[in-house]
Amino acid sequence: MSLRIVVCVKYVPDATGDRHFADDLTLDRDDVDGLLSELDEYAVEQALQIADEADDAEITVLTVGPEDAKDALRKALSMGADKAVHVEDDDLHGTDVIGTSLVLAKAVEKTGYDLVICGMASTDGTMGVLPALLAERLGVPQVTLLSEVSVDGTTVKGRRDGDSASEQLEASLPAVVSVTDQSGEARYPSFKGIMAAKKKPVESLDLEDLEIEAEEVGLGGSWTAVDSAAERPARTAGTIVKDEGEGGKQLAEFLAGQKFI
Amino acid sequence: MAEVLVYVDHVDGAVRKPTLELLTLARRIGEPVAVALGNGAADTAAALAEHGAVKVLTADAPEFTDYLVVPKVDALQAAYDAVSPAAVLLPSSAEAKEIAARLALRIGSGIITDAVDLEAGDGGPVATQSAFAASYTTKSRVSKGVPVITVKPNSAAVEAAPAAGAVEALTVSFSATATGTKVLSRTPRESTGRPELTEAAIVVSGGRGVNGAENFAIIEALADSLGAAVGASRAAVDAGWYPHTNQVGQTGKSVSPQLYIASGISGAIQHRAGMQTSKTIVAVNKDAEAPIFDLVDYGVVGDLFAVVPQLTDEVKSRKG
Repeated sequence: MSLRIVVCVKYVPDATGDRHFADDLTLDRDDVDGLLSELDEYAVEQALQIADEADDAEITVLTVGPEDAKDALRKALSMGADKAVHVEDDDLHGTDVIGTSLVLAKAVEKTGYDLVICGMASTDGTMGVLPALLAERLGVPQVTLLSEVSVDGTTVKGRRDGDSASEQLEASLPAVVSVTDQSGEARYPSFKGIMAAKKKPVESLDLEDLEIEAEEVGLGGSWTAVDSAAERPARTAGTIVKDEGEGGKQLAEFLAGQKFI
Repeated sequence: MAEVLVYVDHVDGAVRKPTLELLTLARRIGEPVAVALGNGAADTAAALAEHGAVKVLTADAPEFTDYLVVPKVDALQAAYDAVSPAAVLLPSSAEAKEIAARLALRIGSGIITDAVDLEAGDGGPVATQSAFAASYTTKSRVSKGVPVITVKPNSAAVEAAPAAGAVEALTVSFSATATGTKVLSRTPRESTGRPELTEAAIVVSGGRGVNGAENFAIIEALADSLGAAVGASRAAVDAGWYPHTNQVGQTGKSVSPQLYIASGISGAIQHRAGMQTSKTIVAVNKDAEAPIFDLVDYGVVGDLFAVVPQLTDEVKSRKG
């Protein structure tokens, strides 16, 4: 029986670009390039490795986002995913994490799955709660923040490295997994992979397909409200000295002046 | 006065500092009722009472240690049902954020994570957050349900405010999904004797310029002279020079100490995302053009192998 893996990915603004809020206090996507969230590349990589070990597996990469988000899907397909699902709907603009988890849960169920793999967090919102929300909505085990993951038959195992301890976890499929940037370097798409990706199917779904009402999502359906966003004032220029042999002592003098010593 | 549920992060009864900070913030919006789960839960009561908890709800069961996250969500939900609080506050640890998210969904509430400040507002608590690598400061509210908010360490100074702290046993019935993810084994991290990275008042970090695992001893010596935690940039971690648990940055830990000392770190945006909200920033780097110098209150352009040991000696001699 084929192992059905769904990888949830996010199209995010390039962190090295100049990120801004738009007038409605959502992300201004016009001013900055987007890309597949780096942390989701690790999820795609682990999906590919799990599929390699399985007798028969199919990897679907799933995203919720505007037209441009197809770029993130293409990247994942060029790495080796088999097909893609793109949930796109104007009414999704401004959806918060609770709403996003609803859309992803419905799309995952519609696609069919044994294993859902996510990155540990997005590189823009950085909340890190989506995988747990997805598991709660789907009613399946969460096996999250793994730095090592493997699937054996219908069992998923992994290692979760926390602040105070390292845990070995185990759950039965179906399950939701999230992986950290320690899970293994993500591969670069090959030229062959990039060419093959152009021919792979990308299915488009909208809210109606998922039987979700517009009021449940979007800025209006959001469960949180951003009242203000202020650009942090630029730091006032600090003192910079060149070490002429006394740099450490000068630094100590500064720290003493600030009462750190 | 409205009650505010506070989830307690503790290790065998020893309450961690971010929870005490949380109690300080909780008092701004109501009367803190603490929820402590697992081994040693009842032992947390004295510290929690000392910092303002009017009540401490405790529960212990093998489920809390044998299975991941969900049993704790079940318990927090039981506390929520028992108390009907005006808000639920949790520390921003990885686990507590997951607990918060699942609780929010169950009680039909919005969630805010990684608040750096919290105040009472007309429409419920207002949370301050940092966005886009701390280049923005936002103020947000939960607009549906009872606010569930997680708060980052070092967001408030711990204040003592003695309260009753009466211990009450919490009755928890575990959900069908509670036993879904089994914890097969747990290996505690070896203690370095240094403060925990995200909680530390001072953090000393090393990056690519440290140039080797063995050279991190220089960074550790400075940290120890200052009673600081040790951090590392992603470059240093990826090179295998320092453990991932100490990584500061977008894909590692976000820190906000009183003093951050970056040594041999150029200051790429990914690193800045994890330390830009530090109160005072100091850097040592031999490249005068390194972007870290745009952030510093004091910077030394020089060889860290000369500057850092000199600084360590000076700190030691000044501290006597």
